[in-house]
Amino acid sequence: MTRPAIEIRNVSKVYRLGSIGATSLKDELGRAWARVRGRAEPSKEGEFAALRDVSFDVEQGQVIGLIGRNGAGKSTLLKILSRITRQTTGEIRIRGRVGSLLEVGTGFHPDLTGRENVFLNGAILGMTKAEIRSKFDEIIAFAEIERFVDTPVKRYSSGMYVRLAFAVAAHLEPEILILDEVLAVGDQQFQTKCLGKMQEISSGDGRTILFVSHSMAAIRRLCQKCVVLDHGVSSPILDIEPAIARYTSNLTESEYNLDVSERPRNWGTEGRILRFEAVRVVSPQLLAFGKPLEIEFTIECTKPVREAMVGLAFNSLEGTRVLTLDSDIRGNFLDFQPGRHILRFRFDDLPLHPGFYHCSASLAGSGFFYDILDPIAVWQVRTSDQDLWSDRSSGGCRMEPKVELIPCHAGSKP
Amino acid sequence: MQNPDSEVVLRPDKSWLQVELKGIWQYRDLLSLLVWRDFVAKYKQTILGPLWFIVQPLVMSVVFTIIFGNVAKLSTDGLPPLLFYLCGQLGWNYFSGNFGANASTLANNAGLFSKVYFPRLVVPLASLVSNLLTFVIQAATFFAFFAYFKYFLHVGGFQLSWTVVFLPLLVLQSAALSLGLGLIMSALTAKYRDLVHLTPLLINLWMYATPVIIPLSKFPEKWQWVVALNPMTSVVESFRLMLLGTGTVSALNIVISVIFTLISLVAGLILFGIVEKTFVDTV
Repeated sequence: MTRPAIEIRNVSKVYRLGSIGATSLKDELGRAWARVRGRAEPSKEGEFAALRDVSFDVEQGQVIGLIGRNGAGKSTLLKILSRITRQTTGEIRIRGRVGSLLEVGTGFHPDLTGRENVFLNGAILGMTKAEIRSKFDEIIAFAEIERFVDTPVKRYSSGMYVRLAFAVAAHLEPEILILDEVLAVGDQQFQTKCLGKMQEISSGDGRTILFVSHSMAAIRRLCQKCVVLDHGVSSPILDIEPAIARYTSNLTESEYNLDVSERPRNWGTEGRILRFEAVRVVSPQLLAFGKPLEIEFTIECTKPVREAMVGLAFNSLEGTRVLTLDSDIRGNFLDFQPGRHILRFRFDDLPLHPGFYHCSASLAGSGFFYDILDPIAVWQVRTSDQDLWSDRSSGGCRMEPKVELIPCHAGSKP
Repeated sequence: MQNPDSEVVLRPDKSWLQVELKGIWQYRDLLSLLVWRDFVAKYKQTILGPLWFIVQPLVMSVVFTIIFGNVAKLSTDGLPPLLFYLCGQLGWNYFSGNFGANASTLANNAGLFSKVYFPRLVVPLASLVSNLLTFVIQAATFFAFFAYFKYFLHVGGFQLSWTVVFLPLLVLQSAALSLGLGLIMSALTAKYRDLVHLTPLLINLWMYATPVIIPLSKFPEKWQWVVALNPMTSVVESFRLMLLGTGTVSALNIVISVIFTLISLVAGLILFGIVEKTFVDTV
């Protein structure tokens, strides 16, 4: 009986934030001292767990899709499996030669010719010269660059460049192949060709493939099973449809009347002085483009608080902030007395493009937070009769500029 | 289909010295292609091409001859100044070229290393080999001048010594020393970027503490100990002894130099091994 091609056991990866390229000597000595004394390393502050206790097996010959939102930990997992970085804890066993494609054209040298780069790139990806030589004609034919084999790649069009890069990669024949959305290269016609090639690779002779994609169509076409990653936590190995359902269900909306009193806090005073208890969307059309937004926050106060503010923020599902609504934008602060309050929060003309948003809410004083809920909810902004051009733009805010058309006549100054 | 030998276990590894000789052997074709790339890519679209390998040490030697030999009148141990400086540079350049290249291994290849895995040591090893090609070309230049001075100008006072049979050992030691120190620098540079600027400065200063320009026999008395502790002293002096028949080499000097080389090689492999596994997280 053959053992799994990949065994992943309790793998976690923790990144230290804010220390990029700037580890201070003091921190390092502190950590070293803690290690010497056999204590846990101090301060979990500023750490970010990209993967939390991930475990699953990939059987030999299986084609597994890996799906999840941006930042869910997919790339981190692929990097660990491709030995580009190491996990913080846990163990991985890999049986078979691994080829990984996290990017096409890695290591291409602009001054070298197409022919020379095929050899160089192939060797970087782990092929021997003999293997590359035997596949050379096939690679060039696939990339459709026969006439330019001996031209330096810096003179290639970007299309030719990615075609050649993909062609080299596609002719890699490892036992385990790790792929990160490399399908999205070239024009429509070449993409179809790539997808066909991927299918050919994955259906052939028992190769194990781990494939990351945001395209559910590609996942359906290529994969037999799927793993869903969400905030660094992995699902077990699932069938395709349940996995896709699980992934898309992560996008379902929150209620419009939420009790948030029991949610865990780990910021500032953690809601001990001033705390969100509940949130309710009261605008008649809920959240809709160009319509008023009205929300009621229930806030509990235990000590008198002066000069506070409340903020509501909208982030895209990729995590980019697209709109910030802070109550103190003109220096108008709120004073709270102990007891329960209803805070009415209104914005007249919601400029957000229709779509799903992660919303976060905060109660802050000058320079610190009483309470933060991030996210407080995932809400959908709907279209409305104000939304004439939804199909024209993407993401972010859409607001009305003031425009004035001034005719300029020949000979007269405006 | 499943090869029991090919099982790889990945752990959050804390082990010390660990060199993947098997992995490097599997990637030997990559090593040779990297050497070839270094050589070819550097001189694409240049007119002189590989001749540049000769021009640099030759110009430096001529400059040294004029400034240090003719103007400052520094001693060259009785050897023809041009040959003296060419020989000194031959011994020094292989070390300094490697050291400079290896010190920036991680920083320069961050883009590549963060996208694809291969044993990272392949890159510094490839630069040892491509610098060896440079070394051979420079050695040929040296011998051309050697022959010109001896048989054409009939200048005397220098000859090949029988000890030249040990020259390969000397080259090997330069390679090991520059690899070790380069890997240490490279590992530190990955964390402390300032060192990028320090390396060229260090190489420059180091050359003046090495008998490249002034022979060891003429170094001021009170600096002798610095020069004696310098592992490159015995290398450069040995080059002269072997190729020109004049040089100050003591057994103690050689022992210090070899010990220093071994320590830095082991330390370099250890440090590099620790840093290479997760350094892409910090770039």
